[in-house]
Amino acid sequence: MAWNGALPNIRAWPDAAGIGSIALTILAGYLVFPDDLALLARILATSLLVVSLDLLVGFCGIITLGQAALFGAGAYAAGIAAVRGLSEPFSLLAIGAAAGGLTGLVSGAIILRAHGLAQLVLSIAFAQLLAETANKASWLTGGSDGLSGIAPAPLFGEFRFDLLGRTGYLFSAAVLIAVLAVLRAIAGSPFGLLCRGIRADPVRVRAMGVSVYPALLKMYIISGIVAGVGGALSAITTQVVGLDSVGFDLSASALVMLVLGGAGSLYGALLGTVTFMLFQHFVSAENPFHWLTLVGVLLIAVVLIAPRGLAGAARTIASRLVARWHPQASR
Amino acid sequence: MAAAGLEAEGLSAGYGGARILDAVSFSVPAASRLAVLGRNGTGKTTLFATLMGQTRRHAGRIVVGGRDVTSLGSAARARAGLGYVPQTRNIFRSLTVEENLIAGLKGRSRSALGEAYAMFPRLFERRRHRGDRLSGGEQQMLSTARTLLGRPSVLLLDEPLEGLAPIICEELMAALTRQAEAGTMTIALVEQKLESALDFADSVLILERGRIAWAGSARQLRAEHHVIERLLAVGAFAEER
Repeated sequence: MAWNGALPNIRAWPDAAGIGSIALTILAGYLVFPDDLALLARILATSLLVVSLDLLVGFCGIITLGQAALFGAGAYAAGIAAVRGLSEPFSLLAIGAAAGGLTGLVSGAIILRAHGLAQLVLSIAFAQLLAETANKASWLTGGSDGLSGIAPAPLFGEFRFDLLGRTGYLFSAAVLIAVLAVLRAIAGSPFGLLCRGIRADPVRVRAMGVSVYPALLKMYIISGIVAGVGGALSAITTQVVGLDSVGFDLSASALVMLVLGGAGSLYGALLGTVTFMLFQHFVSAENPFHWLTLVGVLLIAVVLIAPRGLAGAARTIASRLVARWHPQASR
Repeated sequence: MAAAGLEAEGLSAGYGGARILDAVSFSVPAASRLAVLGRNGTGKTTLFATLMGQTRRHAGRIVVGGRDVTSLGSAARARAGLGYVPQTRNIFRSLTVEENLIAGLKGRSRSALGEAYAMFPRLFERRRHRGDRLSGGEQQMLSTARTLLGRPSVLLLDEPLEGLAPIICEELMAALTRQAEAGTMTIALVEQKLESALDFADSVLILERGRIAWAGSARQLRAEHHVIERLLAVGAFAEER
């Protein structure tokens, strides 16, 4: 198509089709697996953690193994608020987002001072510090017993968070879709694209007039907000917050899920979370002793066969199909 | 941003302990065009990298539009009006053409992309292609267009024509000439293609071993064949003209 002076296809709201597909998949999950909605709600909350990690790892090239700190901060903040009398779900989400964002600001300010392995070690140290604080402050967090007694008020004053997890699932789905829509818009904005530029070459980005550290810190705060929302969702839907929500295992699992799904597109983070957690659920039920071995085998297979993750493999297959059927379009 | 003058005073710089530039001083008036020439390894790229704050400066000062930017970092210099298109073509290879351009908008609305496409219609045709699927000429156009979208007051171009097909060279130089004639920016370029550089520039600097060996107008240099032969080792230039 030749330039004729008019700008076509500049979308104000990118990826409506992608987000629409996710919404349809979530709806299908509701209809097909009505007995597993509690599990599916947990998957959606964890998806937000992995998506938040993708913002740092996939977009900015920040190496971190402490993302659970941001998730756990949101979960504990929402849980503590709920236990102390504030039970309105949207207020709890806002508290979780604020706590995650603040933790992102503090941890990002420290972690971004370093690079490479030093950055990785700092991220682990920060998360461990937060986990130990949560453990010691048992009067506030419940310590190793976990924080229980979280009883969120009915959604819009009407819909109770029932044991089957229907309200929790639909609420989580709506929040996830809204967050994804905002994040895709951020990803396609000059700021989001510059963050991807920083990952490729920070020197080039500096030559474009962008200060790298503040840009990365801004993304860290956004990541913290997203993880905090995920943590708050987890607290609301499971009605308990344990030390595992700030633990190293969760940080490591989130990174595994991201690698499995493919970093840098947000959709890969979703795909990786769903695949990993469903695999974990069903395989551990079938084979409680060796399921971790099977998870290891799956990961090795994906990394070797599809190094850009499941989403990357799907994109490659799609572009080959397009090239075969519509050679003009692929040129 | 309006065109701004560029001054370097006693500039010495290099990489690590090595000194590549030695006491380089020059001044480019606002809205004029400078060509920096010299054989390979004479410090041309280092000069531009130093102006952008990407090397170790040993001495000297840099002034852009009357403002001393010597103590500023690379990003702050870019915000002060310096635009830089390095020899390596600084596109983001994993982003599409359009995404590369959006990344360079610097707060401008997306409708500004039309300026880039009007300047290089080829980029519009390739707007959905990733940077790593572009030819060298298209990458150069993209890098230049993205820098121009930021509306620099001084544009530094390091060997913009290197490795490009003649037709692409013409397209690129025509676009740069239009920008220069609009008077909205000062343009300095390092170029090995002598004819293209002299056609474009008002004034010329020739570097030799990190120092200015000759400075004058492009017209003067055309007349001084011995300078071209001695400093640029281009013996056939006079006859070709």
